[in-house]
Amino acid sequence: MVDPLVSLIVVTLVLALIVGLFWPSIGLAWRWRRGLAASDRVEVEDALKHLWDGEYRQRPATLESLAGSLGLSGRAAAELVDRLGRLGLLHHDDSALHLTSDGRREALRVIRIHRLWERYLADETGLDAREWHAHAERREHGTSDQQADALAATLGYPRFDPHGDPIPMPSGEVPPHQGMPLTQLLADQVAEIVHIEDEPEAVFAQIAAAGLVPGMRVRVLDRSPQRIRIEAEADEVVLAPVVAANVTVLLIEAPSSVTATSRMSALAPGESAEVVALAASCRGAQRRRLLDLGLVPGTRVTSELRGPSGDPTAYRIRGALIALRRDQASHIFVHKREEVSA
Amino acid sequence: MSHPSPDACAACPAHNLANLQKLGVDMTGHDYVVALAGNPNTGKSTVFNALTGLRQHTGNWPGKTVTRAEGAFASGDRRYKLVDLPGTYSLLSSSLDEEVARDFLLFGQPDVVVVVVDATCLERNLNLVLQVLEITNRAVVCLNLMDEARRRGIDVDARRLARDLGVRVVATAARYDEGLPELMQAIAEVARGEVTGAPHRVGEQSPALKRAVTRLGEAVRELYPQLPNAQWVALRLLDGDERIQSAMRAGELGDLNQTAVAPGTPAPPPSSVPGPDVVNAVLELASQLRWQVGSEFHQSLMEAVYTEAARMADRAVTRAAGGRRFDLDRAIDNLVTSRLWGVPMMLAMLTGVFWLTIAGANVPSKLLATLLIDMTVPLLRSGAAALGLPWWLSGFVIDGMYLATAWVVSVMLPPMAIFFPLFTLLEDFGYLPRVAFNLDRTFRRAGAHGKQALTMAMGWGCNAAGVVAARIIESPRERLIAIITNNFAICNGRWPTQILVATIFVGGAVPAHWAGLISALAVVGVAVFGVVLTFATSWLLSRTLLRGEVSAFSLELPPYRPPRVLATLYTSLIDRTLYVLWRAVVFALPAGAVIWLVSNIPFGDASLAAWIVNALQPFGLVLGLSGVILLAYIVAIPANEIVVPTILMLTVLVTGTPGVGEGAGVMFELDSTTDTAAVLKAGGWTLLTAVSLMLFSLVHNPCSTTIYTIWKETRSVKWTTVSALLPLVMGFVLCFVVAQAWRLVTGTGTG
Repeated sequence: MVDPLVSLIVVTLVLALIVGLFWPSIGLAWRWRRGLAASDRVEVEDALKHLWDGEYRQRPATLESLAGSLGLSGRAAAELVDRLGRLGLLHHDDSALHLTSDGRREALRVIRIHRLWERYLADETGLDAREWHAHAERREHGTSDQQADALAATLGYPRFDPHGDPIPMPSGEVPPHQGMPLTQLLADQVAEIVHIEDEPEAVFAQIAAAGLVPGMRVRVLDRSPQRIRIEAEADEVVLAPVVAANVTVLLIEAPSSVTATSRMSALAPGESAEVVALAASCRGAQRRRLLDLGLVPGTRVTSELRGPSGDPTAYRIRGALIALRRDQASHIFVHKREEVSA
Repeated sequence: MSHPSPDACAACPAHNLANLQKLGVDMTGHDYVVALAGNPNTGKSTVFNALTGLRQHTGNWPGKTVTRAEGAFASGDRRYKLVDLPGTYSLLSSSLDEEVARDFLLFGQPDVVVVVVDATCLERNLNLVLQVLEITNRAVVCLNLMDEARRRGIDVDARRLARDLGVRVVATAARYDEGLPELMQAIAEVARGEVTGAPHRVGEQSPALKRAVTRLGEAVRELYPQLPNAQWVALRLLDGDERIQSAMRAGELGDLNQTAVAPGTPAPPPSSVPGPDVVNAVLELASQLRWQVGSEFHQSLMEAVYTEAARMADRAVTRAAGGRRFDLDRAIDNLVTSRLWGVPMMLAMLTGVFWLTIAGANVPSKLLATLLIDMTVPLLRSGAAALGLPWWLSGFVIDGMYLATAWVVSVMLPPMAIFFPLFTLLEDFGYLPRVAFNLDRTFRRAGAHGKQALTMAMGWGCNAAGVVAARIIESPRERLIAIITNNFAICNGRWPTQILVATIFVGGAVPAHWAGLISALAVVGVAVFGVVLTFATSWLLSRTLLRGEVSAFSLELPPYRPPRVLATLYTSLIDRTLYVLWRAVVFALPAGAVIWLVSNIPFGDASLAAWIVNALQPFGLVLGLSGVILLAYIVAIPANEIVVPTILMLTVLVTGTPGVGEGAGVMFELDSTTDTAAVLKAGGWTLLTAVSLMLFSLVHNPCSTTIYTIWKETRSVKWTTVSALLPLVMGFVLCFVVAQAWRLVTGTGTG
């Protein structure tokens, strides 16, 4: 039999190797598989997406913007453009690249799949907002049209992805771009976030960290060239203008007078309040669960019992005593009872 | 929108015969077809059984894997066919069940739809009612489980609800046949068209949506003037409902339009079947309007239904106002969830349950063993001898299959018959959800659900039952975590192994006056290590394999109520004890056969067992175990209860110890610990073997009963495989590391 010390060391090394190889999503085996997937087809599809995006925003794509977006060298990008041209997917004049109608159709197909996946990841999985884009990028290239249709059906035929981008119909129709950047909103104006740009990733991470999502109501508190202070649902958020420029909003002409004053999680034991709204960021299964419990606008809730370690808290909701964790209760905006009667 | 054409025959059946045939319903000999809809767990099948009695049969929906029950009943001189739709929460999103239910309501056009709702949680159930009412107004609401509602002090005003909904509402307690005559009466009246519902439609629409629906609704109505639910069709089109779109293209909706005209009236002009151009124009309009109704249209539609349901439930339901009992609830809650008393009370309660289980199970276990093994086996053997059965047949059947099964029953039944009822009593009283509440924070840190505390405790009784108990966790990710890690709770079948081995080897390694305490500590230590592993594995799983699974926490703390002792005894015996026992028996039978066979089939100059043991020996030694132990774990996979008897039998077989045991393939146990120790030491056991066995008994694959249960519960080969292999691999690694480190420290070197 072998020496115990040697065998211990060998097994430890083997285990470390296995973990290093197969740890989900960061293991070497996964990276390697992803590297394999980054084939020509992926490059073509990503280029088409970039070109279409430029068209949609009326900022025509150039060779430089394409190279930047796909992380290619200038030469590689030029080769790619050549290839796309030979495939009849694009034509270019001196400054800008343009899609042909074939190219546009193909681009819309990929974009539809990408956005459906993002919608799915946001609604039906527990993945963090910052991971949606990367996961969708990976899945979009291997998804057939039939699979995409099935996905759309299970999601209830969504029209917008979680960033507020429209999901093209199978026929290829997309509504026009609307709204304005958050930076153009004046103090005290109320607007709804309709779109959040998910690239570049660093900026999106900041927006996600601030908790901003499409569907959210925001009000500008004050603004200066250095920063914009806004009230988003029941929170105050401070953004740099460069970041705020990636948030598109739609002005609300006549905002309703009832606004949330607090979150359900902030209720002290014994306090009652009325539900005003569920946070826009709370979606899919999470939201359905809360709705199932009867947490709809107008429902009266009372904080009744706090766990021995301060979390979760049990609330009296429609006669039932329901325990919710703090992060869930913070998705529910309420109006304290006294203020309602006042 | 219901305006039956003036010349329609009110009493005539409204169903669509051609479509019903397509949906697999044969209407021969029946006058009316009645659909039974409802949420899962509302007693829908009780209502179905109560209405149809034995006149029913089950099958599948044509082309679907969804099962359907069909029955018949007569009322007056009419015969009704009753079709049980799949239980669903909604008709909006598109699971297969929901699609089947909705298609039947829409295209089969049943004469009456009975929606069964649970009176104890009305608003959750009203969602479905409201959605059904958007498709048809020929509905009767069956307010079931009224008995349960009364017991919980919930009063539902059926008349108020009927007024709000615009359809008949009948209160029933189908379990006790209460309200069924009234239900039949209501069904008959609606079927004959004597009551025409003026059903409710969900309002609460944004101006943009209202405009879009009106516009599209008009277009749909122009297309199909006789369709009763044009508004609803418009809404579905706006929502991009593929099924409705294809139904329009294929002309199915056009068919409905025609049958909505009563027979006997002049045939509608041929223009009422719209051509493809007109249909496409409407679909085109729908997709244009779709972009105007806002990004959160689907979501807000769902929410409007919820809001409406909640509002109606508020008006119809009165809950017994608090009073004294309510305050008592609070007082108990404040005590059992207090910082100071919460955890100690919980530990005391659990200890009590275990003490009662172990102490109480001893005597009946011995009794059963005497009865089923000591007395019956000789009887069976002499019977077999009298019949002149060959030795191999009687050995295979009696010493193999019967003995293993009898063994499992006698060891397993008594503790479970005590543990499960006690546990169910605590659950019924309402205490267990409070335990989950107290511990949620701890479990949450590991990415798990507080209710996992309960499934873990259940696992200390039996892992298969613990896996089933994970149903109480509604959040998919946390439920999977609870299922996969349940194996780290030492079950009833493993406690005796732990205690026996700890007593002989751990207790034997220390001075006699410490032996009892130390061996007890060793067993508790292993159990606690199991809890640690549960948390560690939960943490790991929630961050790796299960990272993307959906998670949505909620925990209801029901009011305390005096447990119904007899009912609890009955249900816990039937649902849990016998269920688990039956599965164990089913798996023990073949295992007994295999154990006997491997010990008796000769292979070369020894038995197959001896040969396998020798082959496994080097691997066993590396893990601190032995070939005998590994083989025992392989053949005794159906139940941990028979691991020790198998080890003893195999040890005697391999070492050839004379005067002990009952022969090849016959499991046995010895009454005295000293004798057992002698056999094991003869088999080459050391303290390391004992410690390794205790660890391996904790961390190895679940028994086959549990594995099968996991598959039944998850319906996923992937997660079943993970549950089976993860602990096995962990066990190998753990035992290996411990054994090698042990040899390194003690210098026993190459072992």
